[in-house]
Amino acid sequence: MDLFDIIVSILGSTIRLSIPLLFTALAGLFTERAGIFDIGLEGKMLSAAFASACVAYVTGDAWLGLLGGIAVSILFSLIHGFASITNRGNQIVSGVALNFVAAGLTVVLGQAWFGQGGRTPQISGEARFSPITLPFADAVRDVPVLGPLYANVISGNNILTYLAFAAVPITWWVLFRTRFGLRLRAVGENPGAVDTAGISVTWLRYRAVIVAGFLCGFAGAYLAIAQSAAFIKDMSAGKGYIALAALIFAKWKPVPVMYACLLFGFLDAFANFMQGKAVPGIGEVPVQIFQALPYILTCVLLAGFIGVARPPKAGGVPYTKER
Amino acid sequence: MSTASVPLPNWITYGLIPLLNLLVAFFISGLVVWWIGENPLQALRLLIEGSLGRGDAIGFTLFYTTSFIFTGLSVAVAFHAGLFNIGSEGQAYLGGLGAALVALTLDRYVPWYVTMPFAVIGAAFFGAAWAFIPAWLQAKRGSHIVITTIMFNFIGAALMVYLLVNVLIVPGKMAPETRTFLPGGQLPKLDWLMALFGLKLGPAPFNVSFLIALIMAFLVWALIWRTKLGYEMRTLGISPSAAVYAGIPYARTVIIAMLISGGLAGMMALNPVMGASARLQVEFVGGAGFVGIAVSLMGRSHPLGIVLAAFLFGILYQGGADLSFEMPNITREMIVVIQGLVILFAGALEYMFRPAMVLLYQRFKRA
Repeated sequence: MDLFDIIVSILGSTIRLSIPLLFTALAGLFTERAGIFDIGLEGKMLSAAFASACVAYVTGDAWLGLLGGIAVSILFSLIHGFASITNRGNQIVSGVALNFVAAGLTVVLGQAWFGQGGRTPQISGEARFSPITLPFADAVRDVPVLGPLYANVISGNNILTYLAFAAVPITWWVLFRTRFGLRLRAVGENPGAVDTAGISVTWLRYRAVIVAGFLCGFAGAYLAIAQSAAFIKDMSAGKGYIALAALIFAKWKPVPVMYACLLFGFLDAFANFMQGKAVPGIGEVPVQIFQALPYILTCVLLAGFIGVARPPKAGGVPYTKER
Repeated sequence: MSTASVPLPNWITYGLIPLLNLLVAFFISGLVVWWIGENPLQALRLLIEGSLGRGDAIGFTLFYTTSFIFTGLSVAVAFHAGLFNIGSEGQAYLGGLGAALVALTLDRYVPWYVTMPFAVIGAAFFGAAWAFIPAWLQAKRGSHIVITTIMFNFIGAALMVYLLVNVLIVPGKMAPETRTFLPGGQLPKLDWLMALFGLKLGPAPFNVSFLIALIMAFLVWALIWRTKLGYEMRTLGISPSAAVYAGIPYARTVIIAMLISGGLAGMMALNPVMGASARLQVEFVGGAGFVGIAVSLMGRSHPLGIVLAAFLFGILYQGGADLSFEMPNITREMIVVIQGLVILFAGALEYMFRPAMVLLYQRFKRA
C-alpha cells in the first residue's frame, strides 16, 4: 500500500469513528449551553445503542430501530431532567447514576431476552443502515487524488453519517439564529434574567435535555446498527466521555465541536493504524499514548495553557426561583 | 413557604430519608428482576444466603467491604471539602502500582509485617500523586475537578496498561501482570478473626487490609470532626466564599483534601493486590472506585455510615455473584443497576421525599 492509499484509509476510518462522538458532543452542547452538566452522555448513548439493536432486530427495520433508540435515550434525559431540574439534585451525581443504570440494565435485559451474555443477535439487511454510494462515486474512482477521496471517504458512508454532518449547521442555526437558541443560551448564563423576562427556566431546560436525548439516540443507533451489526456489552467504551472532552475542547461551539470530534476520531484511527508498526528513528509508539491523548489535551486546555475553555456560567447550578 | 427550610430532626434526615431512598432503589431493582421473569423475593433470599449464609461467603463479603470502605472514605473526604472526586477509580489503580513496587522490592528480604507499612505508604503516595494534578488544576487554574478526574481515570488506565504490558510483565509470559509476590509481599488472611465467631474462612481472601480500612475510617472521622484542617475543609465545602473570607487558604485546602482523598483511594489497592491475588493485574480495581461514590452518598459522608454502606455493597457484590450462578437469567450486572439506582435516589433525588416528610412530621408533632 502506498502512502496515499494509507491516508485515504485512515481518513475513512476517521469519519467512521467521529460520528458517534459528533452526535453525542452536539447533544452535550445543548444541555450544557442551557446550564445542565451532562456526564450521562455515555449512558444515553449506550442505552440507545441497546434499544435500537433490540427494536431493529425484532422489527427488521433500521428506522424503527433508530426511533427506539431515540425514545429510550429521551427517557434517560427526562430522568436526568427530573432529578436535576425539578428536584434540584446534583447534576453530576444524576449523570453518574444514569451511566451505571445504562451499563447494568443493557446487559441484564440483553441476557434475559437473548441469552447471549448481554449481546443482541446479529442484525442484517434492512435492519441495518448500510453504506450509500453517492452519485458518480464509481465513475470518478480512477481520477487521481480526488477520485479515491470522493469514492472512499466522502461516499460509501451510511445515512447517519451524513445526518451527523448536517446536524452541525442545524445546531449552529438553532442556537445562534432562533429565539429558542437565544433563550437557551441565556438560561445557561443567567437563568434569573430569563425568569424575569417571564420565560419558564424549567421548560427551557427540559427542552434542552430532550434535544440531547434525541441526538444521543442517533449516536447509539450509529454504534449498534450502522457501524456494527449487533449490540455488544459496553460498546460505547468511554466514547461519551471523549465526546464530553471534545465539547470542552471546542469551547462549547458547534463548528469547533465538529473539528474536535474529527481530531479525536483521527487520533483513534491513527492509533489503530500504528498498532505494531515502528516509527523510523523512534521505534514502536505505544498505542496507549494515542488512547490517552484526547484526555491529556483536554486537561491541558482546561488548565488554560492553550487558550481558555470558559463553560456557561450557570452550568451545574440548579435554578431556584426567588420567593 | 418552601419545605426545604423546615428543620427536621437528625434521625429523619440521616436515618429515615436515606433508608427510604434505599428502599425505593431496591424496589425498582425488584421490578427489573420481576420484569425479566424471575421471583424478586426468591432472588433476595439467594442474594442474602450467598453473601451471609456461610463462612467463606461472609469472608468474600468482607473482602469487598474492605475495598469499598477505602473508596467510600476517599469520595467522602473530597466531598466534605466541596469537591466531587470521580477519580477514585484511577487513583486506586495507580495506588496498586505503589503497593506492587514495594511488594516486588521487599518481599524476598523481609516478612509481611515489615513490608506492610511501606506498602501502605507506597499505595497512598501513588494514589495521592494521581489526585494531585487534578487538585492543582482545580486550585490554581480553575479547571473543573469532575472533568479532570474523569480524564485522569482514562489516562491512568492507559498508563497502567502500558506499564503492565511493556514494563512490569514477566518476560516470556502472555498475561499482562507482575510476578506473584512471595509471602513477604502478601497480606495474611484474617482466618483467626473469623474463627472467633466460629466461622471457617475457606478460600475467601478476607485479609489484614480490613483492619487498616477500619483504622482509616476512625482517622477520617477524627480528621473531619476533630481537627482544624477538617473544620477548614467542611467550611470550604459549605461555602467557598465564606471560607476564603474567613482566611482559610482555598488552594492549600483543596490540594490537601484531594491528596488525602487520593491516598485513601490508593490504599484500596492493598486489598486486591497484596491481600488477594498477590500480583498486580490489569483492571484489578473493578469499579470499586465508582462504588465508592454510591457508598459515600449512602453513608452521608460519615465514616460510620460509610462502613455500614460498604458492608451493604459487599453483600450486594458477593450475593450478586452467587445469585447470577443460581439464576443464570440474572447477570452480575444487576449489581451495577442497583448501584446506579442507589446513587440516583440517595444522591441526585435525595430531596424528593423531603416535602412529604416535612408534612408528616408537622402533622405528628401537632397531634
